[in-house]
Amino acid sequence: MTEITEVPSPFCGIGTDDLCIAVDGLSLKVTANGCAVNTPLFEQPIVDTRARVAGQEVDLDAAISHAAKLLQSAWLPVIGGCATDVNGMRGLLALADRCGAVVDNMNFVGARNNFLSMQANGWMNTTLAEVKNRCDLLLVVGTDVEAFAPRFFERYLWTEAMFLQDPKQRQVIYLGRAPSGDSSTSPNGTKASVLECPLTELPDVMAVLRALVKNQPVRVDSVGGIAVADLQAVAEQLRAAKYSVVTWAAGALAYSQAELTVQTLSAMVKDINMQNTRCSGLPLAGKEGEQTANQVCGWTTGYPARTRFSRGYPEYDPFLNDSRLLLADGEADVLVWVQAFNALSVPPETDIPTIVIGRSGMKFSKEPDVYIPVGTPGIDHAGHAFRMDNVVAIRLKKLRDSGLPSTADVLNAIEQRCRPD
Amino acid sequence: MLIKLTGGTVYDPASGIAGQQQDIYIQDGRIIHAPTEAAPDKEYNLNGKVVMSGAIDMHTHIGGGKGNIARTLLPEDHRSDPVARTALCRSGCGHAMPSTFVTGYRYAEMGYTAGFEPALLPINARQAHMEMADIPILDKGGYVMLGSDDYLLRMLTAKKDQQAINDYVAWTINSAQAIGVKVVNPGGINAFKFNQRKLDLDEQNCHYGVTPRDILQVLATAVKQLGVSHPLHVHGCNLGVPGNVQTTLDTIQGIGGLPMHLTHIQFHSYGTEGDFKFSSGAAQIAESINKNKNITIDVGQILFGQTVTASGDSMRQHANHKHASPNKWVTMDIECDAGCGVVPFKYRDQNFVNALQWAIGLETFLLVDDPWRIFLTTDHPNGAPFTSYPHLIRLLMDKSFRNDMLATIHPEAQKMTTLASIDREYSLQEIAIMTRAGAARLIGLKDRGGLAAGNWADITVYTDNPNREHMFEKPDYVFKDGELVVVDGNIVATKWGTTHTVKPDFDPSVEKGLKDYFDRYLTMKMDNFKISDDEITEDGRGSVTVHPTV
Repeated sequence: MTEITEVPSPFCGIGTDDLCIAVDGLSLKVTANGCAVNTPLFEQPIVDTRARVAGQEVDLDAAISHAAKLLQSAWLPVIGGCATDVNGMRGLLALADRCGAVVDNMNFVGARNNFLSMQANGWMNTTLAEVKNRCDLLLVVGTDVEAFAPRFFERYLWTEAMFLQDPKQRQVIYLGRAPSGDSSTSPNGTKASVLECPLTELPDVMAVLRALVKNQPVRVDSVGGIAVADLQAVAEQLRAAKYSVVTWAAGALAYSQAELTVQTLSAMVKDINMQNTRCSGLPLAGKEGEQTANQVCGWTTGYPARTRFSRGYPEYDPFLNDSRLLLADGEADVLVWVQAFNALSVPPETDIPTIVIGRSGMKFSKEPDVYIPVGTPGIDHAGHAFRMDNVVAIRLKKLRDSGLPSTADVLNAIEQRCRPD
Repeated sequence: MLIKLTGGTVYDPASGIAGQQQDIYIQDGRIIHAPTEAAPDKEYNLNGKVVMSGAIDMHTHIGGGKGNIARTLLPEDHRSDPVARTALCRSGCGHAMPSTFVTGYRYAEMGYTAGFEPALLPINARQAHMEMADIPILDKGGYVMLGSDDYLLRMLTAKKDQQAINDYVAWTINSAQAIGVKVVNPGGINAFKFNQRKLDLDEQNCHYGVTPRDILQVLATAVKQLGVSHPLHVHGCNLGVPGNVQTTLDTIQGIGGLPMHLTHIQFHSYGTEGDFKFSSGAAQIAESINKNKNITIDVGQILFGQTVTASGDSMRQHANHKHASPNKWVTMDIECDAGCGVVPFKYRDQNFVNALQWAIGLETFLLVDDPWRIFLTTDHPNGAPFTSYPHLIRLLMDKSFRNDMLATIHPEAQKMTTLASIDREYSLQEIAIMTRAGAARLIGLKDRGGLAAGNWADITVYTDNPNREHMFEKPDYVFKDGELVVVDGNIVATKWGTTHTVKPDFDPSVEKGLKDYFDRYLTMKMDNFKISDDEITEDGRGSVTVHPTV
């Protein structure tokens, strides 16, 4: 048994890279700095190592051939999941380009709230080390941060800071949703202040808060059950802070047209920066390769990871290229599901031929036509993944010798096989 | 395979050859002396053709986070320029901030064989290298950005000696796999995080008490003492601010003779004269450049049309956001390391300021005497996309064309520029210096940018054409490392270029202080921060070329 330290996690999105992992043959145990998100995903066991076609074990080459055959005869293949490392995404996009597929990251419905807002107005954002060293006020909008990333507060708030006398005095305000635990409570005992409202009232609440920040007249006393006087206090705290940070998880804003909420809060951040102080946004995201998919698709095509190649060049449409719609409407005729991080994340059920490039151990209610178990980036092979703040790519380590192929190995081989003679 | 290029008119300033008819032989990717016996396996008759080495763009934003932000921000720009896949080439998009594959194809189709990303943030260098790894054909490299990182500013406040700073700079160059060092708005990106909105050359960072002048001094000294060929690459203070010509002149004086490269100097050459309080400082700048032989510049020419500006200068980009067109923009504070700002721009010939910016860039090109110390850039995509280079070359080589263009811009701008009175036309040899030999020398590329035996066979062949725009946009042939990749301006084969780096020595004990700093303040372990050669080479496409220090 060996112990590997300073292990980076591709799973949680916040770039924890201080895990200690004991490796015993093929089994892994997180011995330090685990969390409810990372530990189970590191410890998922290897179950199957052999590829299957129609439920029968075959050698890898036969599975690759069969997958290529399905794709070559498809009119509109859809590649969903897109949960893998940078090299895996490179292979995925090469294959999509080759066979005219639609590429759709599994978290795009949430991420779309951010992309639509960003592509309409832009934003002013920050990254985790700036939060750690500068943030004196954290405003959390509609999101349970610790459920999303259990170690967020420990790593980035209740810890040493270069520019704060006493980091324990940082203020935390929850707007919309209350926290599920006590991680946001300062080590000095101060609890976060919470202004709760029904999630669907958040658009109105954010609009009023932005108006107050801009000193616009507000003619109601309360909004979404929150007293305007309380929001006025938040506005004043934001103006008084030296480096406030507004955070949200796009996927947590699970209501129609939530992009408008992101737009309002991003515009509010910009407004505060015009009032002689600093404020930044911090979108929480990046689980299981979400940022990686959008970044690699971004530089390869110009667009985020909901892009089709069916006309020979990339076309982005955040609504029409939704793989669930394409499956439901019968437009797609082959589904490829790529999920190298999580065996529990299986493809949507469909009657069309399905190819799964998945983490070992996937259990299907309906056996796919082709299943190729692959190694997990950061466990079975080295690789790269992007953190939630996009700027930082982490170098994933190989922890064990499983002999499983990487996503890139498999997708590149299928792509080769799809080339015209 | 032995390839012979027969009878071309060769412009090879690195060897002092200016338009002489010469044969060139290629074997195993390199240029060789004329073999005594062997007959060539393949011969190209280049009689009447113009032969230069492959062009090198020494300052182009082709890799890294801000570029990908720019891409994500502007889907409508990509939609106007879709690029379909072919039997050889991947699909993608073009115009202002093209996709990586299209970047490689379009550069190669214009005869370029290398491009250097000037703003490699240490913490974002990994991404920049990954993006550049997806740019086919071109060689690439980057200048690592320092000067607003808290580690350096803490060192300056603590009065660490120059040796300690040299060790840190060398460690960072190694960790980021860079070939040079850049500073952007020295200390200003950091000051913006403390809510300072401007920072003059002698203005103190309110937290550290350090001035831009201090930062330039220690970094330029470090680069020189470490033996890094490329001088400190400086994006100065006060970008875009009327009156910044004085800041730029003071910056040149203040560096006290140390080698320094001032980048996109057009954006730093503005006076405050005239009815609109905006005037050209190009003549003063050119006079100073001509006098101070330690200074090199690239221009950052603007050309009219839609583009997007992507810069590390979050302070100035925030100040300029009111000019965003379309009206959407992004800034980021980044990891106690740096920042960035992305602001779409539409430069208009009927806008007085834009029109004069255009003229200021051209005045600079034409008034600086020594083509070895000035480089042809648009600061892609900030002044214009790199695909506009052939048009820019025509403006420099063709006075009547230039004057025809001048006659169409905002009339008040025409009155404020001396452009019409400048007769100079660049020669082919001068173009070859600016875009080849000079660039290779400046960056310290040992065996690129020239056509003498021993160089890598990066070669571009053009048909001489009085319309220089047509000539330079569609070369007859482009060879990369001896392989024919372009014929008649179209890709015929693709391959992967190398990553150029320099690896100056440092005292390994520098990591003691760094490890403690990473553990206490940063969000990544120090050992996870360093980029290994494997990361560039492990997919079998990339390679790392290490150039010697001097």
